[in-house]
This record gives sequence, C-alpha cells and structure tokens, in this order.
Amino acid sequence: MSMIKLPEPTEQIVFNLLRLANTKLPLDIGWALEAGASWETNDIAYSQLGAIMDNVKKAELLGRPMCQDTGIPIFYVKGKFDSSIRKDIADGLRRATKEIPLRPNTVDPITRKNSGDNLGKGMPIIHFIPTDDDFTEITVLLKGAGSENMTRLGMLNPADGLQGVKKFVIDSVLNAGGRPCPPGIVGVGLGGTADECVAMAKEALVTPIDVENKDPELKQLEGDLFVEINKSGLGPMGLGGSTTVLAVRIKTAYCHTASLPVAVNIGCWATRRASAKISNGGVEYAQGTEL
Amino acid sequence: MKSLNAPLTRDVVDSLVLGEIVCISGPVITGRDEMHIRALEYVREGKEVPKEIVGSVLYHCGPIMIKKGDKWIVIAAGPTTSARMNKLEPEMIRAFGIKAIVGKGGMSKEVLNAMKETGCVYLAATGGAAVSLAETLADVSGVEWEDLGMAEAMWKFKANMLGPLVVAMDSHGNSLYENVNKSLVREI
Repeated sequence: MSMIKLPEPTEQIVFNLLRLANTKLPLDIGWALEAGASWETNDIAYSQLGAIMDNVKKAELLGRPMCQDTGIPIFYVKGKFDSSIRKDIADGLRRATKEIPLRPNTVDPITRKNSGDNLGKGMPIIHFIPTDDDFTEITVLLKGAGSENMTRLGMLNPADGLQGVKKFVIDSVLNAGGRPCPPGIVGVGLGGTADECVAMAKEALVTPIDVENKDPELKQLEGDLFVEINKSGLGPMGLGGSTTVLAVRIKTAYCHTASLPVAVNIGCWATRRASAKISNGGVEYAQGTEL
Repeated sequence: MKSLNAPLTRDVVDSLVLGEIVCISGPVITGRDEMHIRALEYVREGKEVPKEIVGSVLYHCGPIMIKKGDKWIVIAAGPTTSARMNKLEPEMIRAFGIKAIVGKGGMSKEVLNAMKETGCVYLAATGGAAVSLAETLADVSGVEWEDLGMAEAMWKFKANMLGPLVVAMDSHGNSLYENVNKSLVREI
C-alpha cells in the first residue's frame, strides 16, 4: 500500500475541521431553520429562531464557536489510513482547544477532574471505516451534552413492530422537551445490536439533511416522523411552536430475530459537522458526508 | 422587549408575565452543577460565600473565557440545561434569595414552588445563542472558584441587555413548559 502524500499535515487538517465545524453552521441546517421561521406563527418560537440565526451570522463573522458547549468531537475516519492518524487527531484537537478556543469539556467520570485539553483516557473518540478507496476522509461531529444526554436506547420486542418504533422515537423527542435545544435533527438507529444501534443513531446526524435517504421505505418513515413530531407543538427550545425538528434521519442494520433495537440520538439546532477528503489532488472540505 | 435592571426587586419579579420577552442589565453571575454544590456545602458548614450570590440573577452557563494580560474576555456564553440543577436549586433559591434564573429547558415543580415562595422568576435564553449572548456580557467583573474549571466556575458580569429572555416560569407558580407539555399532541 503506497502512502498518500498529504498536501498539508493531518494535524492541521483536523484543526481546520474543528474550526469550520465550530464557527460555520452547515448550509443544509441553515436553510431548514429559515424554512422553519417562514411557517412559524408562534411569536415566542419566531423570536427563538431569530435569535439562533442572528447568532449563527455573528459566529461566522467573528470566527467564534457558535455555542459555548463545543461538545465532545466524534471523529469518523474512512478510506485509506494508518494508525498514526490517531495521534494527528489528538494533536489537532489539543491545539484547537487552545487556539480557537474550545471549552475544555472532558473530565474523569469519578473524580470529575478536567484534563484541560479535551483529551484524557479514551479520548478522542474515533470510528474507523477502512475501504479500498484512494482517499482518506476525516469527518468530525460535535455533540454538546444538552443533546447527548437525551440519547435513548430501546430494546423493543419484535411484536412491538413499526408502531412501537415510532412511539419510542416520538416519546424520546417529546420527553426531552427543550433540553436538547430544538429544533434539531433526530438521528435514529434501527436494528443491529445494542452498541451498533446507538452508534448508527449518531452516524445518522453526519449526512446533510438535504441528501435524501436512498431507501424509499425509510424515506417515508422519516417523513412521517417529521410531520408527527412537528405536529406536537413542542417548538423551538420547548417553548411552543411548530418547528420541533428540522429532519429525522434513520439508519438500519439487520438484527437478531428475537430483537428490535431502536436508538435515538438528537442533534441540537447546532449540529456541527465538517469533513475533509484528502487525496493526491489535495483536500476538499465539506460540512457533512455519507459514511 | 422590556428592559430590566438588576438587582431585581420583588415587585419587578412579581410583575413579569408568562411569555413576555425581556432583557436584563446589571450584575449577573454564572453557576452550574459544581457551583451549586459548593455554595450549598459552604452554607451548611457556615463558610463564607461570594456576596454576589445573594439576591442575584443566576445564569446557568459555562462560558468560554480567555485571559489577555490580566483581563478576562468572554468568547461564547449561551445557557446550559437547567434541569441538571433541579435537585439543588430549591435550596439555592431559599438560601440566597435568588431573584432570577436564566437558563434553558425549564425546571421542576419543586423549583417552581421555591420560586413562588421567595419571589424568583425563570427566564429562558435561546440555547446555543452563545456569541450573541456573550456580546451582552462583555463587561467581566471577575471570577470566583476558578478551581472548578472554566465551565463550572462562578463568573461575574455586568450585563448590558442580556437577552432576548422569555419569562418561562413566573413567581406565581405558572410554567410555560408545563402549559406546552399539557397541550402536546402525541399522534402515531
């Protein structure tokens, strides 16, 4: 396997990704927020969407993180890579924490002592997806605690069926209320094993919401849930209104014949993501990808 | 948008109506889980706490701060999820006579009861609007309990029209979250 000659150090690319994700809201989400504001008739809801869009513009203009909870970054590395990429990602994250700056968020789960650099045991979190492609794609998704804390896993019975799945998703979103900073994206994992199901729910947030699901049945289910959740009246920040979710995204995998796992991972309105496709031709940046 | 000046009086707090949009100028302090835990611990042990907590506008926020020379600069300062402080807040409100809580997502019935008892209001800031809100907190007065870490320390600001804030839980026992929750349509 020949090594890919990188146009700039991987550490710098990781730094760039963190800056891009933190300071610029993905366009697909921006458009969805504008659409939400255009059909919103509730004054409070409208004021919340206005405050969000005002903030997005200021963050981009000033080059500052749009939210103070810069979250825990989850990295997805796809294509061709070797094990040195782990160190490059850690180095990029450490420098970004200091220079952008990002809020130091990682603590020991027992002593609650903060590492100060967003690293520590088990960090950074990286998912590896090796392929035969001639490029390396690094994607980062930032998850703040407000939305991440609302993650739910249901090991349903197969007899609960699609109705049971829909009920679980809707209940998870409505019970979370204003805590995950709606309106955002609802990531759903369906099938797999318990761990795989939760991972899929988060991966579902990585793809831009204007990229349609290729599976017509899942596309239909996403659309149905979108309408049903927005009919609820929960609204932006849980203060009432008709914009509760911007999109529902579902990923599936085969599961055990005796299982029906379903997981919900909510992305806040600031579902921050960025990708870099690195090849001989150079680096191509985007704000989302299909894993 | 109604403009309020901190410190807030009981009359002003009691006059606020559910759903009203306001902004606040004057002293504001931040506090999250660890700040609440320490403040209550100190009270129980009879230790002195920073005087700014008494009668304060308490902002549930863990900002991003940087130090240039000896001057603190606020980079991003949006609200954090208030519900995490549900168990600690009633005692905080009673012990320190907190006049207003600024946060996101709302708080429990127990908190609402304590608010009614002492005269305190819950104001919802827009979650994630960290840069806009930081602009209103540019005047940094200082920091207490810095050892708790950047997010958990108690930051002191002189706010200049911190907002827009929605009166989401008033001092008469009403909650917008409860009203929204009661009227939620759950259809499959």
